[in-house]
Amino acid sequence: MSSSTITRATVTRRGDRVFSGLSRGAGIAILVILAGVATFLFVEGRAGIFGDTEEMSGSDSFLQYVGPLVFGTVFAATLALLFAAPLAVAVALYISHYAPRRLAQTLGYIIDLLAAIPSVVFGIWGITVLAPLLTDNIYPWLNANLDFIPFFSGTVSTSGRSMLTAGLVLAVMILPIVTAISREVFLQTPRLHEEASLALGATRWEMIRQAVLPYGRSGVISGAMLGLGRALGETMAVTIILSPSDGYFWSVLTNQNSNTIASNIALKFPEAYGLDVNRLIATGLVLFAITFIVNALARRIANAGFSGADG
Amino acid sequence: MTATEQTLTSAVSPSGASPLTAQQLSRASRVGIASAAVLIGLGINAVLGEVRWGWVVAIAAPTFVLLTYVASRLVEGQRRAVDRVAAATATMAFLVVMLPLISVLWTVISEGASRLDGTFLTGDLRLTPEDLMAQREGVAAGGAYHAIVGTLIITGLAAAIAVPLGLFTAIYLVEYGKGRLARAITTMVDVMTGIPSIVAGLFAYALFILIFGPGSRTGIAGGVALSVLMTPVVVRSAEEMLKLVPNELREASYALGVPKWRTIVKVVLPTAIAGILTGVTLAIARVIGETAPLLIAAGVAQSSNYNPFDGRMTSLPVFTYYQYVQPGIPTDAGVARAWAAALVLVIIVAVLFTVARVLAWILKPAGLR
Repeated sequence: MSSSTITRATVTRRGDRVFSGLSRGAGIAILVILAGVATFLFVEGRAGIFGDTEEMSGSDSFLQYVGPLVFGTVFAATLALLFAAPLAVAVALYISHYAPRRLAQTLGYIIDLLAAIPSVVFGIWGITVLAPLLTDNIYPWLNANLDFIPFFSGTVSTSGRSMLTAGLVLAVMILPIVTAISREVFLQTPRLHEEASLALGATRWEMIRQAVLPYGRSGVISGAMLGLGRALGETMAVTIILSPSDGYFWSVLTNQNSNTIASNIALKFPEAYGLDVNRLIATGLVLFAITFIVNALARRIANAGFSGADG
Repeated sequence: MTATEQTLTSAVSPSGASPLTAQQLSRASRVGIASAAVLIGLGINAVLGEVRWGWVVAIAAPTFVLLTYVASRLVEGQRRAVDRVAAATATMAFLVVMLPLISVLWTVISEGASRLDGTFLTGDLRLTPEDLMAQREGVAAGGAYHAIVGTLIITGLAAAIAVPLGLFTAIYLVEYGKGRLARAITTMVDVMTGIPSIVAGLFAYALFILIFGPGSRTGIAGGVALSVLMTPVVVRSAEEMLKLVPNELREASYALGVPKWRTIVKVVLPTAIAGILTGVTLAIARVIGETAPLLIAAGVAQSSNYNPFDGRMTSLPVFTYYQYVQPGIPTDAGVARAWAAALVLVIIVAVLFTVARVLAWILKPAGLR
């Protein structure tokens, strides 16, 4: 901030000291809170990792317990991203380059509205509307015709409480954030790049391929990673929709699915006691670590892309 | 495919005959293609039996893209055809994304409206035997008053922690911050944005069992959990807004001998207040629907609890969840309450969204308009 050059000249007064102390304190409080989150999760979770497994229900070791959950978490989030990312890029392109100029802002606002709907509402919508729709129309067909692919094998769940349903609902939930970030970078494409392309006779799509997409690539990737981070930590929609089992399951149509970490905590925490609580907190720590890595990667890609200015 | 051929014969626009201009698909022919796609969708459905609108759309959308390609390829050539397919695909993608939004809103309104009555807004879940009897006969009983109160208290606490904390942090980052501390704070705010909501709940739980003893679940723990999620959102939006305040305003104030803190309070904050309030409102809208952290930290209760420091406190999202997964007997009564609570939540979020827009519009200072 260029204002700092002037600060030197002003006389330091008590009000100034108090105010700057307050704002610096708030900043430091953020650091303390974050350190607190990691510390408390570790302190309470430690007993769950290293404690006596005899006193816990189920698995023999923490790794055995958390393994399927990590698998389920990553699986569900990847499915969600697989559906959401292409759609989000297309929608972002539509809003930034195809929709009428006057409508664009309103359309962006409508997509943001999708992000504001609480996840528990998505959950009960998913199980009452989407799941029956898919079980009646899509799942049996996938199972009958594509069951040589491991994903579509097994007995189709009659209630639709399957991994694919959960993944689709998660996709709807992360779509707004991926769209918003993609739209933002698409709109930042230098006007001259676009006009140069059009002036050379490119059609609109060729212009987008030559100017917009290369410029926005890193932004889109980092938006997708942030969406992935969202999907990894999303709880209630999965808790309500997924029918969980213990173990690793590749099929996305059956009643037997690996649960996600977040959903497992929400499901078991209210009734858990003793060391089971500590073990659940430890799985929360694992989730924190996974999302931390994904988000850090996303930021890294974004920063590398923008400073490298490959335009 | 006779429909395709018919469309194609009328596809060439009259003006496209000149040797110097390329032929183009006229507007009328594009409308024709769209109607042909819908007709094919309807036709296939009719042949297979009953007409189901979901399937009509599912068939018509790709058919439209395909027909557009074929027609454009024949009339305008390869490059134009690809261009049209891209435009059609982007438009279809947008419409596809609209479907779940419309479906969610429609379901919530149609399912929730029936139980959104006086009993629901004033009663709690401490049902008397008479209530239970009445409920069995299909009479409305039980409500979410306690959950609405809980949501207001918990969200209020969260805002009371997160707003000052976030605002002062933003002021530090924009007005004072430089060097390593500011960089560390910026990074950590980013990290905080990515904390999964359930992890925030576990943190608050782990923190408050140290104070209130093992197994405790309180309103304040819920508030702290939500404030962890809300603070980074407030910091980010306030920071953006403070950065937008022109430096000339600060310099003019300094030139008049106004101390820095008074400059911030009297010049910078009033200029940015519209954006800051919008950001705060949107942050509240974001956390008010959070279920998982409150499930962990605040728990669930059957009746009103006005004391956030003692005992469990239900919130609307948690109420919705439990009424849906453990509806009791008869099932319909609980599920109906769940949908009504979902509707109340959606209404609250929609109101907050509208308030945010209106605030931004009203409070925008003349200098930045």
